[in-house]
Formats: sequence, structure tokens, C-alpha cells
Amino acid sequence: MQTDIPRVKLYWIVLILILSGLSLTWLRHTHMQIPLKPGKDTIVWLVEARVDFTAYQRPVLASLSIPNNPPGFKIFNEQAASPGYGFSIVENKESRRAEWSRRTAAGPQTLYYKIQITPQAENKAPPADPPSPLAPVYWEAPEAIAARTILDAAISTSSTPESLSRELIKALNAEQKEQNAALLLARRSPEDLLTRLLAQAGIPARTVQGLFLEAKRRNQNLIPMVEVFNGKEWVLFHPETGVQGVPENFLLWDRSGPSLLDLVGGSAGRVSFSMLSQRIPALEMARIQSSNKAFSFLSMYHLPIEQQGVFRLILLIPIGVLVVAFMRIIIGVRTSGTFMPVLIGMAFLQTSLAPGLFYFIIIVAAGLLLRGYLSHLNLLLVARISTIIIIVISLITLSSLTAIRLGFHTGIPVTAFPIIIIAWTIERMSILWEEDGMREVMIQGTGSLAAALLAYFFMGRPLIAHLSFNFPELNLVIAAVILLIGQYTGYRLFELHRFAAMKDTNV
Amino acid sequence: MNWVSPARLNAMGILGMNRRNIQLIAGHNPRRLYPLVDNKLKTKQLAAAFGIPTPTLRFVVTAQHEIREIRKKFEKIEGFAIKPAKGFGGKGILVISSFRENAFIKTSGVKLGEKDIQRHLSNIIAGLYSLAGTPDVALVEDIIQMDPLFNGYSYQGIPDIRVIVFKGYPVMAMLRLTTKASDGKANLHQGAVGLGLDIVTGKGLRALQFGRPVLVHPDTRNPLDGVNIPDWENILNLAAGCHEMTGLGYIGADIVLDKDRGPLLLELNARPGLAIQMTNGEGLLIRLRKIEAIAGKMRSTRERVACALDLFRRDQKSS
Repeated sequence: MQTDIPRVKLYWIVLILILSGLSLTWLRHTHMQIPLKPGKDTIVWLVEARVDFTAYQRPVLASLSIPNNPPGFKIFNEQAASPGYGFSIVENKESRRAEWSRRTAAGPQTLYYKIQITPQAENKAPPADPPSPLAPVYWEAPEAIAARTILDAAISTSSTPESLSRELIKALNAEQKEQNAALLLARRSPEDLLTRLLAQAGIPARTVQGLFLEAKRRNQNLIPMVEVFNGKEWVLFHPETGVQGVPENFLLWDRSGPSLLDLVGGSAGRVSFSMLSQRIPALEMARIQSSNKAFSFLSMYHLPIEQQGVFRLILLIPIGVLVVAFMRIIIGVRTSGTFMPVLIGMAFLQTSLAPGLFYFIIIVAAGLLLRGYLSHLNLLLVARISTIIIIVISLITLSSLTAIRLGFHTGIPVTAFPIIIIAWTIERMSILWEEDGMREVMIQGTGSLAAALLAYFFMGRPLIAHLSFNFPELNLVIAAVILLIGQYTGYRLFELHRFAAMKDTNV
Repeated sequence: MNWVSPARLNAMGILGMNRRNIQLIAGHNPRRLYPLVDNKLKTKQLAAAFGIPTPTLRFVVTAQHEIREIRKKFEKIEGFAIKPAKGFGGKGILVISSFRENAFIKTSGVKLGEKDIQRHLSNIIAGLYSLAGTPDVALVEDIIQMDPLFNGYSYQGIPDIRVIVFKGYPVMAMLRLTTKASDGKANLHQGAVGLGLDIVTGKGLRALQFGRPVLVHPDTRNPLDGVNIPDWENILNLAAGCHEMTGLGYIGADIVLDKDRGPLLLELNARPGLAIQMTNGEGLLIRLRKIEAIAGKMRSTRERVACALDLFRRDQKSS
């Protein structure tokens, strides 16, 4: 009954894992000043521009307009990741551009430009670089009269460049558009039209582009805005709402005008943006980024932002797995599907708890009802699971649409739910129902949900999120603990209840 | 909620799930041997080679095309049971007691047509009842004629005797009685009554249903304290012989008593449950340790049973 010989070996492995995990953590903490606790103060935004294009075997020069002292923010680090390319930042009076060059390249190319910025309220006003002299504005024949009419009306009800801009925006965005405005807007974009009208009125204006910073956004595009020169400084206007000034969390990316991306030697250029907010002290961040020490190899910040976001979740899985191992082996909770609770817990992280729980229960309950009908059809297993997968997808789609219709939870990523896993859960629960009855379904359902909630609770702790991402080597320690749990031959907590009836037998 | 301390459980020698998995199953049952017990057809063939009696196998249905002509084969047998070879937990077992006026009659009295039987066979072969849905074969066996001893102790099913065999020595036994709640099946977690059996004599000890003590059979109201299994040593010999047959160190042997043929091996289980301890009012660990101390010597099946009986008889006297 004893299996002691391999156990000694196992304790050595556990010891080595724990020692190497902890010592790596300690070394990286002391050498690289990575804090062991999450900083509570500064938000750092990581914004990444991704340039995709197709090169055709010629010298390539890609030039991307990049932020130049954007109002409301301070840039403290910028980086470009693009293997095989030479990189430089070209600054002149009006603009800053990132330039990548390469002798020859072919096929799809991807270039990254990353900046880290922190909000800084003092840096509010855009610098007053004087406007270039106004060029005369040319309109096509029918446009000219319409433009004149709108401009005259706006001028008559305004006194300053700012008020004129506001009046023009109001006229162009009125709910019931006046005929002239409709005619102009049919041919031109609002921001372009606004700059032209202002130029015609002798007021320098230009189209600029920027980003609204929101946590964990990918594949974003720049939003056009209009800057108006009021004689002293540039004032930003939203071309649709007419709101004046730089909105909160708005990063002014490109003020140089001509174009966002210039491409020589390639075609089909596209720029997309992703962003991520971090709660790590700015100072530490800068150090991590700039250090080239040996231990910085393990720093997740070398990855592109998109991947960092994914890894933030992936590196939480070991904690969730540990929770499940603990719940099953030490507590004795029965779950349906071994690691289903971890994935559900991760889905809750993305949807936030209450709505996630609501959706999960609704989807599983509805799925179980429909699956009950399927069992009358005598299908083979693969066909049955496939049908359930489609049912789950339909339910998710339907609930998202319903939520939007009812006007709440607009931003909930229901897609966070692991569809295949939920389908299997429904299948297992349903078989369990037929074979062992409702009671067993409730026991395992409650067990799974309890494990999922506990996993969610731990994975959602800021300290754990911080440690798992900044010290991935701690996974070795978790692995060691799981190995130890795997050796536990004692009673499970629930067995103390299960065997309680044995008390009245005399020993 | 009723709780008991781990120290107390340990003192009683109760075997827990973790210890069972690590020290007994992982330690004594090599995984490559599992198919021998997870596939009823293999178990049967092996049992035949080792001279262990099992319910008579009439024929095996292995392919869908055989099903169309199946009726001729069934007409020759009076009652039969259809089982999936890789079924688990009693799923997919169909017992037909007789054939009258073009209808197959189940033990519960429900009549089935030829089409129903064909569909059931087709489902089995397609893998509806097998673990992980893999393709399967259907076994058609003679129906078991229940020993009259059990009249009044079972509901629409046949009770079986579970014997835990460790390293070839019988350690603990219980009788599993079918009930209405268990739907005629002898599985404890589905609601069958488990009645602990004295390993030395085969006498009934105490009975549990759903983990709670019961005194009478819940459906027939028959008192459970008078159960006494005859020919006990023979049953233990049969169970202990499964050790040589499979090479597994820790098994649960399920044995039924046939009116005419006597004890038959129904199936084997490589991961027997823990509830048997509660029906015996005793922990498995103490007995397992004692067996461990005397095992090791090469002994024949009969010698091992005698040895175990001797050991446990002495224990009972001393306590």
C-alpha cells in the first residue's frame, strides 16, 4: 500500500521548483526594482500603433506621424519593435514622425510603435505654434453658394473664432439639416468641411486626429477633430458635438496635417491602435523598460501590447488551477468538468461578476432544457455535442442582442464565455440528470459554481494579478504546491461529513 | 450537519478517496490492465479461460447490418439481457424475461416490439452508452434466474454481492439490493440498498440507502437483518480468483447468485467505491494493512481465502 520510494524524488523536485521560483523573483525584485506590490497611484497608458502593409521587393520607407507633446499627457517612454528595419524619429517644427527603413522587403509587413504615457493635468494647452498662412479656398460651383450661405448665417450670430466654430458645428449637425448643409456634407466629411468654412472666414483651422483611451481596446482607429486658432492658441473642437477643449482621456496623436502614414515601396498600408492601462508606478515602469540586465528576459513588457493583454489572463490560469486542485482534493467538492470552473472564473473576470453570473446561469439553464429535448432524438454523441455548441452560440448571440435592446450592459463581452466548454458542461449535466437524477446535478452544479467563484475571487485580487504578470517565474512555486497537493492522502473535508454515520459504530 | 474528526476517522481506519486513488488504485492497478475490466466482453473471455463462471453468452452483435436479421436469433432463447460491452453504471442494459405474441416483455412488464429491440442494439453499437462515446458491441446473455433466497429483498432487479479483493485476498463484502429508487439497478449512488456482509460468515450486518441506515427494504418492507448468504466460502473463492485473472491488485468483484448455476461473476471494477465501509461499520484500512502484512507468499486462491478468513475470524474473537 505504501508507495514511498518515488516520494523522496518528488520532494526534491518540489524543493527545487520552490527555490528557483522564489530566488528568481527575489533577484528580479532587487536588481530591477520591480515592486512586489501593485502600485496604487499612477495610471500608465500603453498605446501601440501597428502598421501593416505589403512590401514588394523594393527599398521600403514607412513614415508614421506620432504624438508631439500631446496635451494632458506626458510621454516617458517610446519604442519601436520591427525586426529587420532601421528606425529613427524625425522631428521638425510642426511634426514628429517615426521612420522605418529597409533595403528590401517582400510580403506582408508589420511594424510596431509603442509609447507609454501618463496623464498630466498641467500640460493642458496645446502649444501655440503659429499657423501657416491661409491658402485660398476653392469650392465647386454649387458648393460655393451653399458654403457662403451657411457661413453668413453663422457669422451673423457669432463674435469670436470660437463662437463661430460652435455655430458652424451646430448648423452642420442640426437634426433637421438645412438644405445647404446637407449638400456640402454629401461630398465632404464634417471635419474637412469645417476647416474649409473657417478658412474661408479667415480663421486658421486644421484637422487633427486622436484616440479615446479606454482600457483593453484593440484595433482602434484615430478619431478626427478640428483645431481652431483663435489668435493666441489652438482650441480643439469635436466636429460633431461641438464640445470645446481636449476631452478627458483623449490623446492627440497627429496634429501635423498631411497624412498619418507615408509609405514608399509598399502598398495597402493600414494603421491600427491598441491600448492598455496599467497601475504600475511610472518610475518603475521606465526602469523595467530601459534595463537590459540579464533578468529582464522574463519581463512580459517586451511583448506587443495585444499579447500582453492576453498573457495577463493566461498567467492567471495557474492560480485558478491551484484553486480547483485544492477544492477537489482537499475540500472534496465535485465539479462537472475538471477545469471548467477556471475558465468560467476567467470569463467572470472579463464580464464582471453579477452580469457574468446572470448570463452563465441563463445560458446553462436554457441549454439544459433544449438538450433534454435532444435526447429524444437519439443522436450520436458527436452530432449531439455539435448541436449543443450551436445552441450555446445562438443563446449567447440572442442574450447579447436582448441586452442591447433592453438598453443595459452594452459593453459586456459575452464572447468571453468558453463556448465549447459550456457545451460540454451542458452535455455532462444532462447525462448526469438522466442517470443520477436532479440531486446530483445540483450538487455538481453548485460545486462548479463555488469553485468558479473562488477562482474568480483569487484571480481578481490586484496583488495576485500584479505578481502573476510581473513575476511569471512564480508559476514554478504554484506547480510545486500542486505537486504537493497531488500527494495528499488524507481525508477530504466533505468526507468528514460523509463518514459521520460511522461514529455510532463502536471501534 | 453531522461531522466527524479526521483523527477519529483515522483511528477507525476509514479509507478516503485520496488515499484510495494514490495508494490503492495508482499503486496496485496498472492502467494497461484497465481494458480487461472496462470491457465486459474481454472480462468474460478471460473468465472462461480461468474457469470462472459468468452468465452464459449467447451471441455478440458487432455490426449494424446484423441487426436486421436479429429476430431469428432471439426466438430461440426464452429470456435474455442485452448489455453494452463498454457500458458503465448499469446504463444501456435491457432485460427481457419472455417473448409472447410477437412482443418482448421486460421484467417490469412493459412490452417492446421488434423495432424497439433493434433500435436499442443500434444505439449500443453506435456508442451511446460507452465511455466517451466510442463504438461498442452488444452482448446478449442468458437471463439470470434469481436465487429464491432473495425473494422479497429486491425490486425489479437482481441483487449482487460486491467483494473487495486486495492482492488476491477478500477483504470486505456487501450485498446490493435493487430498489424502486434505483430503477432496478444495483448501484448505491442511484438509490440501491447496501447491506454489509460479515466477511467471515456472509451474514448481514447493517443496511444503508443514500448513506442513511435502513432496517427494512424500502419497497417490499422486508426486514433486512435476517440475510445470510449460503455457500459463502465458494463466493469468496470466486472473487479472489479474479486477482490471478486480471493481475489487478485492488478490485471490486460483482457476483450474482443464479438459482441453477450458483455464483456467477457479473463484472469487475478497478475503482470500487468507499460506501462499503459504512455498510460494514468498519474501515477498510485496518484490514488492508493486515492483509499487506501476510501477503507476499505465493498462495493458491483457496489458500488465500482460507488465510484471510482465519485472520479475520481471530480478529472478531479478540474484539
